[in-house]
Amino acid sequence: MTWTRGSAGRTVGAMLRPPDEAGTPTTFGGSVVRFHGAERMLHWGIAALFGICMLTAAALYFDPFAALVGRRATVKTLHVYAGLAIPAVLVGMGIGRWGRPFRADAGRLNRWTKHDSRWLRRLGRDPFVPQGKFNAGQKLNASFTAGAIVLIVATGVVMRWFDPFPLWVRTGSTFVHDWTAFALLFTIAGHISYAFRDPDALRSMVNGTISREWAARHASLWRLPSEDDNSRT
Amino acid sequence: MLSECSNVKRPVIEVPSLQPAGSVPWETMQTVAEEQVVPDEVEAAGTQVGRRVILSMLGLGALGLLAGPRLQDAFASSVSSDFASLLPSGGRFRIYTVVGFLPERSKDAYRLTVTGMVERPLELNYEALTKMAPTSITADFQCVTGWRVPDVPWVGVRLADILDAAGVQPGGAALRFTSFDGVYTESLTMEQARRKDVIVAYSMEGGDISSPHGGPVRLYVAPMYGYKSIKWLDGIEVTAAVEPGYWELRGYDVDAWVGGSNRRSDAPTA
Repeated sequence: MTWTRGSAGRTVGAMLRPPDEAGTPTTFGGSVVRFHGAERMLHWGIAALFGICMLTAAALYFDPFAALVGRRATVKTLHVYAGLAIPAVLVGMGIGRWGRPFRADAGRLNRWTKHDSRWLRRLGRDPFVPQGKFNAGQKLNASFTAGAIVLIVATGVVMRWFDPFPLWVRTGSTFVHDWTAFALLFTIAGHISYAFRDPDALRSMVNGTISREWAARHASLWRLPSEDDNSRT
Repeated sequence: MLSECSNVKRPVIEVPSLQPAGSVPWETMQTVAEEQVVPDEVEAAGTQVGRRVILSMLGLGALGLLAGPRLQDAFASSVSSDFASLLPSGGRFRIYTVVGFLPERSKDAYRLTVTGMVERPLELNYEALTKMAPTSITADFQCVTGWRVPDVPWVGVRLADILDAAGVQPGGAALRFTSFDGVYTESLTMEQARRKDVIVAYSMEGGDISSPHGGPVRLYVAPMYGYKSIKWLDGIEVTAAVEPGYWELRGYDVDAWVGGSNRRSDAPTA
């Protein structure tokens, strides 16, 4: 994978500023901000934490891995706090002024239009169904992931701080926790595979911008921010 | 998960992309785009399907909480154990170790020491253990984290017999167990240790105890949660009082009766 512009070497402050338009390689028409700094930090922060959760889960759960890694007390602690950090990052990066672009995107992901239903019926294969900034698949994925995070964190808290809960709640929580995480593993794998199929979109999660050409092609209903107004996305 | 952008290969707007890069002014692009443009804001009028999805999932989660235990059992009994071992389910052993490696010791190298407040400190090898009177127990194995393996057959030597062989001094009221993993410890009161269903086990499920299961020799305390049945047992020390073991120092109950401790209500295993 070659990156035209990577995040490597950039400071956190630079990440938080909207990316500059100059120097972004695009075909014509320039580029637009698809994801602001705080959104990208949120995305990669959660990606890293999710990775830790899945690796530690494997070490707690799958016998060959469990025997290989051992250190049950440490792995357990790491798993619990990496998991709790996910909603913390979501809230921390979603509040305040810097959270505005994320809240705007969350609003877009929440809303379903007639185009989305059409898109879903054709499973995205009909190029004449216009889409907003996010397509119907992305909207469903986002909602599923959000719901899964709530379920997994809530049941995980029951599993870790089990004392006040009756046994059936603890057993039920383990069941919900395991199966939701199992399902999430597949949707995340799908998410990553789709990202690699569209390197431009993936790159925009790294450097923030995407060409206007891409936007017109894949997100024609997205009201693009104008050149001089990067604050709204 | 359906698509990052699935019409990648079938672009909506072919016209601008066929032009040499930079030769089409932005205004042209915009015109093409505007033909089908309904502004972004229409989305604000859309139904809140995202919220519905999330709420439905919470509902499903609540159902799963209620039905989970029953579904889990039905699932475990309906699929092959090989397949089940890859999926979240109960009814099988899970391998827990508190150190960063899998402790291993051959039967030949194995030694069990009995020390502390005893008349005759002992060092027993594997052969010496297997020559003592054997006791067989078949019982469920219940872990405090929730999983339970039904009807596991164990063979071993009664802990009481080993204590009698060493001769407990007056004042010896408890036992401290050590593991050759170098870290894990456990404890029992003398009264608990002398129960008939507490054995130093050298066989499980009809064969040797494998290393992941704590072999070649482990403790098996039938009426208590799994953490009392210390794996890779290599030392028994008779003490004057109970010294809490590894998980007991981390919050688990010292008296770990199945169904009567750790705020759990599992069916007793013995």
